[in-house]
Amino acid sequence: MTLTASDLRNLVLAALALAVCALLPFGGSGYWLGIGVTIVMFTALATSWALFSGPTHYISLATAAFFGVGTYVTGLGFEVLPFWSLIGIAGLIGAVLAALVGFATLRLSGVYFVIFTLGLAELVRQVITWGQNMTGQRGLYVLTDITEAGIYWWLLGLSAAVYLGGWLIGRSRLGFALRIIGDDETVAAHSGINTAFAKVMLFMVPGAVAAMTGAILAPRYVYIEPSLAFAPILSFQVVIMALLGGASRLWGPLVGVIPFTLLLESISSNFPNQTTLVLGVAFLVIVYFLPRGFVGLLEDARGGLRKRAGGMA
Amino acid sequence: MDILITGLLLGGTYALIAVGLNLQYGVARIMNLANGEMLVAGGFVAFWLYTAGQTSPLLTVFLVAPVAFALNWLIYRFMLQPLVKRSKTRGQLETDSILATFGLSFVGVGLMLAAFGGDYFSYSFLAVPVEIFGDSYGANRVASFVAAVVICGALYLWLNQSRAGLAIRAVATAPASARLVGIDVRHLAAIAFALGGAVTAVGGALISTYLTLDASTGVVFTLKALIIVIMGGVGDVRGTILAALLLGIVETAVASLIDPGLTLAAAYILFLGVLLFRPQGLFGKAPT
Repeated sequence: MTLTASDLRNLVLAALALAVCALLPFGGSGYWLGIGVTIVMFTALATSWALFSGPTHYISLATAAFFGVGTYVTGLGFEVLPFWSLIGIAGLIGAVLAALVGFATLRLSGVYFVIFTLGLAELVRQVITWGQNMTGQRGLYVLTDITEAGIYWWLLGLSAAVYLGGWLIGRSRLGFALRIIGDDETVAAHSGINTAFAKVMLFMVPGAVAAMTGAILAPRYVYIEPSLAFAPILSFQVVIMALLGGASRLWGPLVGVIPFTLLLESISSNFPNQTTLVLGVAFLVIVYFLPRGFVGLLEDARGGLRKRAGGMA
Repeated sequence: MDILITGLLLGGTYALIAVGLNLQYGVARIMNLANGEMLVAGGFVAFWLYTAGQTSPLLTVFLVAPVAFALNWLIYRFMLQPLVKRSKTRGQLETDSILATFGLSFVGVGLMLAAFGGDYFSYSFLAVPVEIFGDSYGANRVASFVAAVVICGALYLWLNQSRAGLAIRAVATAPASARLVGIDVRHLAAIAFALGGAVTAVGGALISTYLTLDASTGVVFTLKALIIVIMGGVGDVRGTILAALLLGIVETAVASLIDPGLTLAAAYILFLGVLLFRPQGLFGKAPT
């Protein structure tokens, strides 16, 4: 692997940005740390979502299902195993679950995939609720000594790993294959790419990341039950944030996560009943006014500037 | 026997909803994920007119249908047609319409929450037992089933016998060629979308006579309708009806034999079976 000068510069800048973000818990404000946790959580979720959906254009609504599975891994195992190993186990289970869903649906057209993932969280929720009824359990208490700052650092590390992974995939043969699939699936198949396999491989990334995010966040909930862990709204929030930012660039989702988290935060504290309406309007805004997200806006602006500069010279 | 008949009665109304969705997807090529909200809205109107004015839901249907038709026509004309025009490929239209109708669905839920609150709503209409083969069933279920059969039958005849139905089937099969023989595809797509919405809203008014709804249950019905459409085959009314009856029976069997909380799991098992073994639908031909 060869790194150009600009690659090195970007890596150094990213490492610096990461170090600055890691200082947030020392700021002493519990409120901002809480928002910070939400932002890093959605950064990990939305960026990994865009890694799959950006090139393939498949809209995955399975985030909540993987996330919920992750919280249950921590909920069931935190007394027996160390926290870090639970995160790893959650990632593994998430990846396997994603592979199963992928093998069932990704061979077929995108619509089947959307529909299948749309109900996946609800399906897993029903099965777990049923299992709990059979064994007479209710919810699970997750009482650990993990602090909010600890959760924040774990999520920050996960986000950094997602960025690094996304960057590496973009440079790999798999990333190249996926770009071809996204442009024209028939061409990809004819040039010898196993399209279904490539898509399934890539879908395992958001599956694993969402499950790990759930595992990390479980201690924050203290008490978990199916309707909380598998809230389907999470999947939609992730889709909106990723598309609002723009799924075509690695850093795109981040540009959507920050403003939308702040917007949702202010809406849910001022008009708690209107969040659904806001999500709906956000979807419509994306489709009708921002089909390529903020990234598209920025690129258009940059292109316009360059054109103007070219015209003057 | 009990399960079979309850399932069939439920499946009848499912068929109505799924036929509505199938018209929208098969002809207008819009995967309408706000379909469930149209259903709940239809149910709300029936509930409201019944509790406020003791109007029978079977009469409300005649009000719901034209209003839903007009509303869906406007939605298609002003929100979805620009997407159809904009998109270069079928895949892009699918992604765009999925996102746009998700938006509509959330806006719909938000508006209904604001207007009616988050409570469950139900009313008792025709809650008297009717005896069929020695077991008794709610008269509201039977009445809804009969109404659904009448509407599905009328639609089926209209699509297969009338000239307009022929044109609509032509658009569903080959939109590009339909234009060449002088069919106004855009106009017909709008009509089919509106008709689909009207049928779904009527289904909602009927289902509200025996199921409890609330502002956010729409998505469950959307999901079931989608699964039925895929099982039955896109654009195939006969397949849709059979798939709906099958889903009704399987769901009722799971609910009464295993656990009432697992109905969606039952639908998923059917869905998975179709995806793995017959992705072209129960009666579809294998793609060549």
